[in-house]
Amino acid sequence: MRNWSTQKEALALRRYAGQRYACGKIVALDDLPRFLEAVLRPGDRVCLEGDNQKQADILAKALANLDPGKIHDLHMVQSGVVLPEHLDVFEKGVAKRLDFSYSGPQSTRIARMLFGSKIELGAVHTYLELFARYFIDLTPQVALIAAVSADRDGNLYTGPNTEDTPTVVEATSFKSGLVVAQVAEIVDKVPRVDIPGDLVHFVVDAKKPFYVEPLFTRDPGAITETQILTAMLAIKGLYAPYGVRRLNHGIGFNTAAIELLLPTYGEKLGLKGKICTHFALNPHPTLIPAIEAGWVEQVHSFGSEVGMDDYLSARSDIFFTGPDGSLRSNRAYCQVAGLYACDMFIGSTLQIDLQGHSSTVTTNRIAGFGGAPNMGSDSRGRRHPSEPWLKAGADADPDTAEGLRRGRKLVVQIGETFGEKNVPLFVEQLDALELADKLDLDLAPVMIYGDDVSHIITEDGIANLLLCRDNDEREQAIRGVAGYTDVGRARDRKMVERLRARGVIRRPEDLGIDPLDADRRMLAARSIKDLMLASGGLYQPPSQFRNW
Amino acid sequence: MEKLSFTMKPSTPATGTRARAIVGVVASGNLEVLLERNLPANICIIDIATAAPGFAAVWEAVIEDFVTRRPAGGLHISINDGGARPDMVSLRLAQGVRLIEELEA
Repeated sequence: MRNWSTQKEALALRRYAGQRYACGKIVALDDLPRFLEAVLRPGDRVCLEGDNQKQADILAKALANLDPGKIHDLHMVQSGVVLPEHLDVFEKGVAKRLDFSYSGPQSTRIARMLFGSKIELGAVHTYLELFARYFIDLTPQVALIAAVSADRDGNLYTGPNTEDTPTVVEATSFKSGLVVAQVAEIVDKVPRVDIPGDLVHFVVDAKKPFYVEPLFTRDPGAITETQILTAMLAIKGLYAPYGVRRLNHGIGFNTAAIELLLPTYGEKLGLKGKICTHFALNPHPTLIPAIEAGWVEQVHSFGSEVGMDDYLSARSDIFFTGPDGSLRSNRAYCQVAGLYACDMFIGSTLQIDLQGHSSTVTTNRIAGFGGAPNMGSDSRGRRHPSEPWLKAGADADPDTAEGLRRGRKLVVQIGETFGEKNVPLFVEQLDALELADKLDLDLAPVMIYGDDVSHIITEDGIANLLLCRDNDEREQAIRGVAGYTDVGRARDRKMVERLRARGVIRRPEDLGIDPLDADRRMLAARSIKDLMLASGGLYQPPSQFRNW
Repeated sequence: MEKLSFTMKPSTPATGTRARAIVGVVASGNLEVLLERNLPANICIIDIATAAPGFAAVWEAVIEDFVTRRPAGGLHISINDGGARPDMVSLRLAQGVRLIEELEA
């Protein structure tokens, strides 16, 4: 007779072993190393919560300090490889295999360790894709998560940075896995229940808040005139003609410039209410002036942003907030929202090749993807119409009858032709291919595939790839906006002029934009301090951004 | 420090009457552009001192486009470059031409 409850029995054993170091559900910080040793088993699939923003940092540290003689060969399944400890576990031999999405600050070290075979790589995912696998074939046996506070029953308050927690707990706890949370304090009653206590087995009293990275704060003081020019091109040449109201902005200075031009340049063009009314977006501080000027109706967020909490609570008509008043974010839901309910994704990248494939992987940096491949892809499951979606679909496929023609999401890559240190944005071949070759990967880590990209915007103009009818046109459209890079200078000038005549390429002058008008005085806020003032003092910038 | 010099035949002479103009700053990623109106109207000379050597082909392309698109005839332009990107160079050159068109303040 087969035993159908082995997982429940294994969970009971883990709970029993952990109980030695707990009082009720509460584990003291001093007991954390022995506690983890008691509940973990070699080879466990472990989700250590951490994404591009919040981090279960205390649990990460403890995990990295375990004795690899006792706990080893763990399979880490986590959104973000962000803290040094996330890689220390591999260096020490506590963990062996890794499936992840994003690795911003650790991108150089993770590349080195992959080349040194210190990590057995499963795959680099988009967030939503990794979450999906939590429910199919990468279900965690143990989840180590982070919250703001807990009560004695294990009910958790995650505060504004709820992010991945509900998804991780759902997949782990309902599949008989063990859930351990670090919290800053134990309280009698949590301000709101983000995670019900019966899904949480142990709570570690870390006595300090989890770490959050202010990833989405862009100092308006650092926005260049060229970035302002690209933002003007985007607003006048894309947002306006397509009537883009529902969208996601990636991280970066170009999109920050767009946000800061809405109340000035956008207002002048009479676009208020016609564009940028609904966002799937982290609470970017640079969106404050547009919100205050009445541009934005609604924003759903993946996570929060350091310093924005009071502002978000005070603007509950715009943001999603709980009965306690603070923001409720949710990465999985927001990623779904970006995939199915947004008509545009616009963001930056490090490399674009001649077919429009883009990647943030370079030969010595593996930054992962985060949400971009998901937000920046055309959902084949979408069925509801909208003006921009139908118009983009008609651009791409004018010959199919309207009733049977799919719409298209606008997937826009925006940037300057040369990036930091004069590195060209456009390349003949992505470094990702070389990396895939060296690491013997089946797939090159491409962030956005060329066939998903609808437009590329640089200071040189806008290339509409939907209007290209073959690969040659596509290549010349890309070369045509690649400026003075090698790729740009190798353009076929005659063909580029023909593409321009057809509107496939549009230069600033074709849109009535004089590059000399791209002036920093057009920004609705020119410094972090301006943003704080625009928020009526509700936005409290983190210390590294305070220079006054 | 690399020095480059280009003598160009622009399509249009610079407008206005101002004798000289200066835009930009010498800083990393930026450049200073001095424009002097002291050449025959069908010639433009551009002298470059750059902190980033090895980009002569890019400079040439930027300058060719500049003299095609902007009225630059009669100008002697001296550039002090701190490794600015081409988009910044184009912008400063265009700003310089516009400034020299304006009436003396």
